[in-house]
Amino acid sequence: MVSSSRLELTAEPKIAMQNFGDSLFKYLTTFFAALVLLLIGVMAYEMYATSSLSIEKFGWSFLTSSEWDPVMEQYGALPFIYGTLVSSLLALILALPVGVGIAVFLTELAPPWLERPFSFIVELLAGIPSIVYGLWGFFVMVPWIRSSVEPFLSENFGFIPLFEGAPYGVGMLAAGVILSIMVLPIIASISRDVLNAVPVSQKEAALALGSTRWEATRIAISYSRSGILGATILGLGRALGETMAVTMVIGNRPEIKLSLFEPGYTMASVLANEFTEATSEMYISALIEIALVLFIVAILVNAIARLLVWSFTRTSNVGGRL
Amino acid sequence: MERTMFFHYRKFKNLFMYGLCMLSVGVALVPLLLIFYHTISLGVSALNVDFFTQLPKPVGESGGGLANAIVGTLILVGLGSIIGLPVGILAGIYLSEFGNNKFAAAVRFMTDVLNGVPSIVTGVVAYTIVVLPMKHFSAYAGGFALGILMIPIVTRTTEEMLKTVPNSYREAALALGIPQWKTTLRIVMPAALGGIVTGVMLAIARAAGETAPLLFTALNNRFWHTSLDQPIASLTVFIYNYGVSPFEDWIAQAWAGALILILLVLLLSIAVRFATRQRY
Repeated sequence: MVSSSRLELTAEPKIAMQNFGDSLFKYLTTFFAALVLLLIGVMAYEMYATSSLSIEKFGWSFLTSSEWDPVMEQYGALPFIYGTLVSSLLALILALPVGVGIAVFLTELAPPWLERPFSFIVELLAGIPSIVYGLWGFFVMVPWIRSSVEPFLSENFGFIPLFEGAPYGVGMLAAGVILSIMVLPIIASISRDVLNAVPVSQKEAALALGSTRWEATRIAISYSRSGILGATILGLGRALGETMAVTMVIGNRPEIKLSLFEPGYTMASVLANEFTEATSEMYISALIEIALVLFIVAILVNAIARLLVWSFTRTSNVGGRL
Repeated sequence: MERTMFFHYRKFKNLFMYGLCMLSVGVALVPLLLIFYHTISLGVSALNVDFFTQLPKPVGESGGGLANAIVGTLILVGLGSIIGLPVGILAGIYLSEFGNNKFAAAVRFMTDVLNGVPSIVTGVVAYTIVVLPMKHFSAYAGGFALGILMIPIVTRTTEEMLKTVPNSYREAALALGIPQWKTTLRIVMPAALGGIVTGVMLAIARAAGETAPLLFTALNNRFWHTSLDQPIASLTVFIYNYGVSPFEDWIAQAWAGALILILLVLLLSIAVRFATRQRY
């Protein structure tokens, strides 16, 4: 295309007007694209500025202290960070094998016509609001965990400190299970995309050497491990920030306990529970600092995951919508 | 002898591992089916005309509905759309039509990252930007939070859908001397309209189902809102408050609310299937 400035010298006024329209259009859309970019910066700055009270008072000890006492104005975020990490990791441990299993089933075993129903179900699972998972978890899953899962675990594996104590139902285990259901669609659908992107020659070579189909699949899995890792980290990103479902089943107690049966607390659920009750400025400021920590962690986790998945599939639309 | 043993072992492992893969599909389907089953069976009982037309009753009185919450959710999503749709669609147009450079790649990347920001954090940001200066909770703050959530979804789907329009459309229009802005708005956009509407509906569905960003922006309201400057009820916050309450009536209404949300998601997913079917 000819640049607009050169055309204006010779062109009729009408064409010049059109060029004006074009550059206006381009600048307008560029502005809005830049706005999206700017938004992340504004979000970070806003939270940093409004949590300055707590940042100045507690410094880095905010992240390492486990004392959370609004009455004495002592705030430490460690129990929440611990709860977020443990519940999310538990979710990944439960969801990853199942997710990869589904992806293998879809790429290796399922007939092609299953493709559509599958993506429909994934869309559904990903579209169910967090609060509905929470309600279901609270009324259906927690009683089941209390009456069946936890007694079973403590009877057979009670010697492991992870499964110690009374079966409350609500607690870290319940949070991990509900989160694993929620991150499963992400892990399964992106792993499927990643496995589909493995060159057929990889599997053909393995089969030609006399391997079984499963052995060929294992080669495909190990070939695509960085993509599957990306899918897992993306699932981690979703689990870290999940609020309502976790708040309803984790028990909400700011303590660090090894046992998965014990109630815990996460960064997102402390915000959901205490933000409207926070009366002093320092309290609000400490809560906003927790949001800032959660924001930074989520940004880092998502950035790493996107880079991994992108570099593997090299098409920009894989997993873009989830 | 040993070799045939090993061969059988490998055959067995092959079957066993593929069996596990099929099992994992079953394991994944169980919670989905259970969620649908429980929400429908527990939600239907509280779903009646009153639910859609009456205000919530005070503690102890039975009956009542969530009319104000349903209207509140519609208003909040509407406010969110006013912010989220223009920004998302225009940014999407930029990415698709002018997006062949480093800046666009950065925007694309950051949009995906923004999509991963926890919604409760968006709520906190809306609190600091809208609630703190105004000094009280309001529908505006809730709409603002939902708007931010909608931006990345709308941006990415708009871009993807515009990219599916064949380049020959653009070239033909430009060859006729139509300026680029007119080409984009009058020729490329209409060709991709179905897909863009799909993206908008996805964003609306996500916004309607959000609870966390509303907890301390729109707050809640047991009555009809008098102005957008005031706290406003929403279906999701009501489901949360009622769900954790000790009253049977309220819990039943929470399930009914959850049923409405699930039906919304189901209908939209089917609509999306339908809208994109002719395309591919």
